[in-house]
Amino acid sequence: MTKTISTGYEPMTSIEAITSGLESVGYISTQQISTAVFLALGLRKPILIEGPAGVGKTDLAASLSRWLDVPLLRLQCYEGLDEGKALYEWKYGKQLLYTQLLKEKLNEVVGDEKSLESSLAKLGSFEDLFFSEQFLEARPLLTAMRQSAGSVLLVDEIDKSDEEFEAFLLEVLSDYQVTVPEIGTIKANVPPIVILTSNNVRELGDALKRRCLHLHIGFPDHKREQRIVQARVEGISEDLLNQMVCFVQSVRDLDIKKQPSIAETVDWAKTLLLLHANALDERFVKDTLNVLLKHESDIAAVSGDVPKLVREATNGKPAYAGQITR
Amino acid sequence: MDRQITSFIRALRASDVRVSTGEALDAARAVSVAGYADRTLLKDSLRCTLAKSPDEAITFDELFDSFFAKRNLSSADKSDSDGDASRDSPSGQPDPVELMDSGDEVAIAAALERAADAVDADDIRFSTQIAYYAQQMLKQMGGEKLQERMMQAFDERSEEGEAEAERLIEMRRELTKRARERVQRSYDIFGKGETEQFRNEFAENKKLSAIELSDMARMKVLVARIAKRLAVKHSRRRRKKNRGQLDIRRTMRANAGVDGVPFNVVWRQKKRERPKIVVICDVSGSVARYVRFLLLLLWSMKDVVPDMHAFAFSNKLVEVDDVLEDNPFEHAMDIIIRVAGMGSTDYGQAWSDLKKDHEALVDRRTTIIVLGDGRSNYDDPRTDLFRGCASRAKRTIWLNPEPLAAWGTGDSEIPRYRPYCSTMSHVATLRDLERAVDDVLSAYS
Repeated sequence: MTKTISTGYEPMTSIEAITSGLESVGYISTQQISTAVFLALGLRKPILIEGPAGVGKTDLAASLSRWLDVPLLRLQCYEGLDEGKALYEWKYGKQLLYTQLLKEKLNEVVGDEKSLESSLAKLGSFEDLFFSEQFLEARPLLTAMRQSAGSVLLVDEIDKSDEEFEAFLLEVLSDYQVTVPEIGTIKANVPPIVILTSNNVRELGDALKRRCLHLHIGFPDHKREQRIVQARVEGISEDLLNQMVCFVQSVRDLDIKKQPSIAETVDWAKTLLLLHANALDERFVKDTLNVLLKHESDIAAVSGDVPKLVREATNGKPAYAGQITR
Repeated sequence: MDRQITSFIRALRASDVRVSTGEALDAARAVSVAGYADRTLLKDSLRCTLAKSPDEAITFDELFDSFFAKRNLSSADKSDSDGDASRDSPSGQPDPVELMDSGDEVAIAAALERAADAVDADDIRFSTQIAYYAQQMLKQMGGEKLQERMMQAFDERSEEGEAEAERLIEMRRELTKRARERVQRSYDIFGKGETEQFRNEFAENKKLSAIELSDMARMKVLVARIAKRLAVKHSRRRRKKNRGQLDIRRTMRANAGVDGVPFNVVWRQKKRERPKIVVICDVSGSVARYVRFLLLLLWSMKDVVPDMHAFAFSNKLVEVDDVLEDNPFEHAMDIIIRVAGMGSTDYGQAWSDLKKDHEALVDRRTTIIVLGDGRSNYDDPRTDLFRGCASRAKRTIWLNPEPLAAWGTGDSEIPRYRPYCSTMSHVATLRDLERAVDDVLSAYS
């Protein structure tokens, strides 16, 4: 058993609690994942999740927010993403519109003043009006800081953003506060749970890596994959489930361009269910292979092996059953 | 901070996992949250804080297992308290004979552990030091006493004495063996990584022509690492937004519909050229070895520089993009040499083929890399064609495996090509290649 900690997020008191909590919203966790989440809370650090596409990186954040019942704020990164899109922006158009309207009233405002100095002073008193909350467009980072009950902040595909943005993000994440010069400092009441995901498009900077906990989510083993599909696809029969997971697991061992991930397994399960398949058979598999594999050459490569793989999958346990994730 | 953790972090660093002080502190905090009791939990929490890439995670897993396997031999608390007690006691060392006779494995292991600590066995760097450290440990454990008793037994000159001596010799051998095993473990954890680093450094600076076949595997890893390093350096900074500089012309145009009131502002952007590389390799016997490494390096960077074209020639110029694309590298190299490597070298022919068939490839954002010794068998070097190509390109880089002193000797046409190249440099080692490619890519930032 581990120590219990208080974090501002009530239910997350131990690793076991995290695992079962996530399961209650349909996310099948592993010890590694739960440990990382637990430590993230204990150490107040962001989690950086790496791993192939479709293994549940983004879903972890979504599940956490669902389970804890706090808002999920998502910041999708892309090349050229900057502060204005991530933190806050002044509603420039609105400001401009208001000044245009005020232009008409200018005479009324400064009407009585005789000297230039006094009219400037009078105008100056309106300045703050234009840089107030009313004209502030909060973006995900600022919104996350403002949540009084905490939130889950998902910074998706951080590797797609630029280096400068990475540095800026670090600054925000290091003390969970944001300074808007015209308004003041906004500090998070309960620091958000921050989850960053990366698909390894580029190597991340050392500074960012240093400040995060690292979690690598790989393809699941047979048992976990089976549980995941079960949680996601209702009404799938035990037999079919077992067989198709067997099949997918052995497809991953083949030499193909893109290995099918959990998302694809789930899609495939849904497809098979839709076709009223009770058990895996060659024809079904061949017809639906395009759900599982996304490259023409991969489909061609696997097609030849389908009879063998289906036989293996339907003849009970394959040789590698229980073999662990790579 | 906990000694076990610091020691483990040192082991990680020795195995090429970079751990900063901040991360070390995080690891300690993680341990204080997670505790030592559950081993998988300990492993998971340490991995979270210390391993920062899949590669490092693999290293971490291996090291964690061997490191904490070693520690478990003597449960940490016990060896510590024992250690202090014996160090304080006036006799200093326990009697090794008594110790071995007692057959108490835990005590023996603890004694070994203490001796290893005393001689700093964890500082070991090279496998050749194992015997030395084992000797030191034996000494620390009271090897001299053992020796004395052995001599005494011999001196008795009786049958029992001899038998006793035999027994002691056997004991000594056993103890040495164990000490060696202990040092070997230290070496596996702390030394191997450093030795490996040392070898890598050596290999990077070794002449490429002198690389032996047995070293190819290591070189491949090294090249991959260099490629990654360069890719990291050059794949970032792709587009630079020049915020703060208003593009007045485009802003006015964008707001013409709202009476020129600038609702939509357009900022200036800095354009950055994408690199385009045309690499032309002389694959005649003398240069082929270098070509192997250059192409391996460049092709590992295909993700960063998608616009890359490779040609090989000895006389006829052959485009080899497809060969490199479709085959595993080693195999591709053999094909290239078979297709292009026969015949006597003729640079003039290569240039005219380039002009005839691939002229469109060379434009103002192209960098031409030529790898060759410029030995053209006294044929016409066609410097006119070369000059034409070079002047169309952004830059022309000539890499020459021959040392400076040999340029221009015999049939080398290097001095005649040199005026048209942006740079012409001598490449002999992996380092040189890295520098050359770095230079090429830097010109695009």
